[in-house]
Amino acid sequence: MSEYRLEMRDICKSFPGVKALDKAQLRLRPGTVHALMGENGAGKSTLMKCMFGIYRMDSGQIYYEGSPVTIRDPLQALHLGIAMVHQELQPIPERSIAENIFVGRYPVKRWGPLLLVDHQRMYQDTTRVLEEVGMTFPPRARLGSLSVSQMQSVEIAKAVSARCKVLILDEPTSSLTTKEVESLFQIIERLKSQGVSIVYISHKMDEILRISDEVTIMRDGHYIGTWQAEELTTDRIITQMVGRELSSLYPPRENHPQEALLEVRGFSSPNPHSFQDVNFTLHSGEILGVGGLVGAQRTELMEGLFGVRAHSQGKILLKGQPVRIQHPRDAIRQGMALLTEDRRATGILGVLSIADNISISSLDRYLRWGRLLDQKRIRKLVEDHFQKLSIKAPSGKTPIQSLSGGNQQKVLFSRWLATDPDILILDEPTRGIDVGAKYEIYTIISQLARQGKGILLISSEMGELIGMSHRVMVMCDGRVTGFLEGAAVTQERIMALATQFS
Amino acid sequence: MPTTSKDRAAAFFRDHAMVILIVGLAVVVSILRPNFISWPNLNNLAVNTAGRFLVALGVSGCLITRGTDLSAGRLVGLGACVAATLLQNPDYSGRFFPNLPRLPVWVALLAAVLVCAAFGLINGCVISFLKVPPFIATLGMQTFVYGICLVYTGAKPIGGLRRDYTDIANFKIGQFNVWMIVIAVVCGFFIWLLYNQTRHGKYMYAIGGNEAAAEVAGVNTSATKIRIYTLAAVFYALGGFLWAAKSGGTSVNMGQGYELEAIAACTIGGVSVNGGVGRVSGILVGVLVFELLKIALQFMGVETSYTYIVQGLVIVVAVALDLRKYLVKR
Repeated sequence: MSEYRLEMRDICKSFPGVKALDKAQLRLRPGTVHALMGENGAGKSTLMKCMFGIYRMDSGQIYYEGSPVTIRDPLQALHLGIAMVHQELQPIPERSIAENIFVGRYPVKRWGPLLLVDHQRMYQDTTRVLEEVGMTFPPRARLGSLSVSQMQSVEIAKAVSARCKVLILDEPTSSLTTKEVESLFQIIERLKSQGVSIVYISHKMDEILRISDEVTIMRDGHYIGTWQAEELTTDRIITQMVGRELSSLYPPRENHPQEALLEVRGFSSPNPHSFQDVNFTLHSGEILGVGGLVGAQRTELMEGLFGVRAHSQGKILLKGQPVRIQHPRDAIRQGMALLTEDRRATGILGVLSIADNISISSLDRYLRWGRLLDQKRIRKLVEDHFQKLSIKAPSGKTPIQSLSGGNQQKVLFSRWLATDPDILILDEPTRGIDVGAKYEIYTIISQLARQGKGILLISSEMGELIGMSHRVMVMCDGRVTGFLEGAAVTQERIMALATQFS
Repeated sequence: MPTTSKDRAAAFFRDHAMVILIVGLAVVVSILRPNFISWPNLNNLAVNTAGRFLVALGVSGCLITRGTDLSAGRLVGLGACVAATLLQNPDYSGRFFPNLPRLPVWVALLAAVLVCAAFGLINGCVISFLKVPPFIATLGMQTFVYGICLVYTGAKPIGGLRRDYTDIANFKIGQFNVWMIVIAVVCGFFIWLLYNQTRHGKYMYAIGGNEAAAEVAGVNTSATKIRIYTLAAVFYALGGFLWAAKSGGTSVNMGQGYELEAIAACTIGGVSVNGGVGRVSGILVGVLVFELLKIALQFMGVETSYTYIVQGLVIVVAVALDLRKYLVKR
């Protein structure tokens, strides 16, 4: 018997254009909470998906209780006793709680020649496992009727009911209130005392230092090291995660914001749980950071401003003039650009070429004879941006989906720069991008600010938010809770404003 | 990206497996039945291809935007019936409109096109504004249009078409029905221009690539889809107009099932059911190959009933092969 419940040795995994994992390691002891830390894109989720059989690793070996195993799919992982609560929950909201817990392994009973689902037993078992995690929901209730945190408890109950020995929690607290976090921690303590090994992925230092026994840190797909949690401090973790001094990563902010460019007054969503009564002003040449936790409705606000989502009240003034924006087309016409948070879902046109991806928003500018596209000028546009943003790709005809995240992002920047916008809304512009490309993107952003463009920068990385912004606007539960400027922009102040209502 | 020549050869076979198979079949047939390659047979192939090419061009826009148009065949039938009822011989006894003055042929064509375009417009609006999935919206339209056509014709066949109308499809230079072929070529060029050289085309591919992203990028996805479904119906009407002329008469059953042949041909020709991909040259090859398959089976003396079985298989295999190209190993 090995001293570890589960060991991952030298795990490598590549995606087109990126090496997501390069000899990653993880050693998990029974009955401990093991924190897995690293910046966005460090490979934590990828490593866990390899452990859970969602991805197949290119090389490396997993040992389970001392013996080598190959995990081909999640079902096999579950049979071994590994369960995972996903970062983005993947429940079936239209079905009952019980069915969500027992999906794929319904208890059955014989009825003559037929094998039927034993609903009675399923409901009984559901009540029991829910009690085990300290919850009392009616097992027949529709899962969709629960809140996000309650759904998460159900997911954990599901893992518990599978009698798992390894439980992966991928950013479990990102959408929870303080009180809900406490009850989650109680569940974790209980599971730990039952001998379950828990992998805990989170960005929140205080949580990590509080509940974990061991900490493994990753950076750019590499294994950096494993420490006992009591040996660590927040500073030490950050240094290991980032691997360099934070200050040198960001270009200097030399320019000073000028006149008001965009004024937002009393801007509210028709959905009462989304953004409400938002007021702010963005100046020309200013990078206005937007901070907050997941669920603070930052993305929703930006999509509202850009006309992707509806708003019910409020005014948008551009250079002092009120404008109506009901569709992204209106926003683009008014000189706005939106780099969306989820590049794959709402950014890239996957199968299309780089050239088409760059030109799609500005085709109106490249017409001849009224209706036909001026291919020559479009080609020049594409070549110019290849150079200006140093996009690394064989040619403009290459499909965008074969590029690395950083290069895809540069193509999307090119798309918006081609529309010559005054205001750029950048929603997590460096998510899932390797460090080198990150710096290039920071340089692009600060150049744009120097040219007098107004920039709204939404970021969940504290370093980025603090290092890049002239001012930071913080949101919590759909409301703006404050603005920070100059020396007042600190991690602690941002967190205080971001958790004001919880 | 394939690197070695062996990889490239393998990729070529994978991407064109269906075309290679069917062309292979044609070669075998032409060896076994020497009269397979003859002028009349080639003309037959060309004419069948020309008509179906028009329908496939129409459907292709719907497929590229990850939609479909199941009403295509019935709209072909409606277009044929509208045109034919307006262009019957004045002395024909079963004349549909006994007192109709002699209309110019282009007026009848215009009428057929406008009627079909109206239904295409409805398709587009239902899909864009009511958000009904294209499969369902056009499935409903298929039955709806058939009903309209039955009511309009009273389910009676329409014969006695005017010579100046039927000549459009049957006029020959040498062995070839030139007008059919010329019209198909002109339409093919028009669509090529539309897909590759206009904003509409770029927007269409963008919607197929990722509709949500296209919307954020400022594409008017509703207007683009409405244009696509309306234009598709225009092409069906043109197809119906030519077919009625070719056969010298028509009925409500004209065009039945053409939507499936058109979808199959597009898929064989590399229009991806995953959206965002498809070229006019590919569509032409797809239609040609599908017609080649039918004629080859005919020549081998395979009974018509059996050819349906083969065609059905080909459709499913073609889509399965197409999806294989896009299956990314995780």
